[in-house]
Amino acid sequence: MSDPGRGYHDMGGLPAGPVERGEHDYALWEKRVDALLVLLSDKTRDLVRVDELRRGIEQLGPGAYDELSYYERWIASITGVLLGKGVFTSDELGRRMAEVEARAAGDRT
Amino acid sequence: MSDTGQHSHDHTPRPDQDGPPSYYQAMETAVRELLIERGVVTAEEVRAAVEAMDARGPAQGARVVARAWSDPAFKARLLKDGSAACAELGIDMGPTHLVVVENGEKLHNVIVCTLCSCYPRFLIGLPPDWYKARAYRSRVVREPRAVLGEFGTEIPDDWEVRVHDSTADMRYMVLPRRPEGTEGWSEAQLAGLVTRDCMIGVTLPKAP
Repeated sequence: MSDPGRGYHDMGGLPAGPVERGEHDYALWEKRVDALLVLLSDKTRDLVRVDELRRGIEQLGPGAYDELSYYERWIASITGVLLGKGVFTSDELGRRMAEVEARAAGDRT
Repeated sequence: MSDTGQHSHDHTPRPDQDGPPSYYQAMETAVRELLIERGVVTAEEVRAAVEAMDARGPAQGARVVARAWSDPAFKARLLKDGSAACAELGIDMGPTHLVVVENGEKLHNVIVCTLCSCYPRFLIGLPPDWYKARAYRSRVVREPRAVLGEFGTEIPDDWEVRVHDSTADMRYMVLPRRPEGTEGWSEAQLAGLVTRDCMIGVTLPKAP
């Protein structure tokens, strides 16, 4: 992107190819990411605001922004906000993700 | 789906997940479990939120459009305060403010979110992939007629085209013109002409 003052996400008016009309049905895990944001951003919890979600997505950087799918960007950002607020630590997250992967591997054997 | 994030251009319906979870799927599960253990959310709340979003869809928006076509007083309220008018029909717009923009005799409206993917999701469900993709977001503000043409919508040169860029807190929906030849139709019949894409503004309602 040639304009150094322009965020990577800020693409209005830039040249781009034709609109690809294909669509996909959302997978359950993607719907759960959506649900987590709805809950975490509601008035009672107020833990992840929409502007915080966006800031997190915009800070992913050009590579991740294009490589990650939509809800991958969301869960990456939501997780970053929750880590920043100390809801859980990166150690706890890493251990739990390893457990999740181990359980999934166990289920398939 | 593959085990990495390299499927952002996969536009086909995804098969059931029977391979290993991707890194970010594992992250979703881990985050959800940690939030449940800490009492931030309950599993039941997550399930209910998924169900509630599944229940939202274009049919809800079509009901609003059909009412506006049938009831001028409702239409006036809808254009004045979209969220409040939707609430009359039992539709909760959540934390977002709905602004309804009306097509006119030589006026066509279309909505976008150039910065991300803001969309009237509480009214018409989750956005289609193309709404969130680079091509649409980049181009519709610069060459809306060309983009509309890719959807098969040809807007005459002497019509005005207005493009509305949504924000996180404020969402737009297009109120199309009532098709001619629908005099005396019921609201349910009229709603059958209203598609998701005509409420985004990339197409017109179905012909009666």
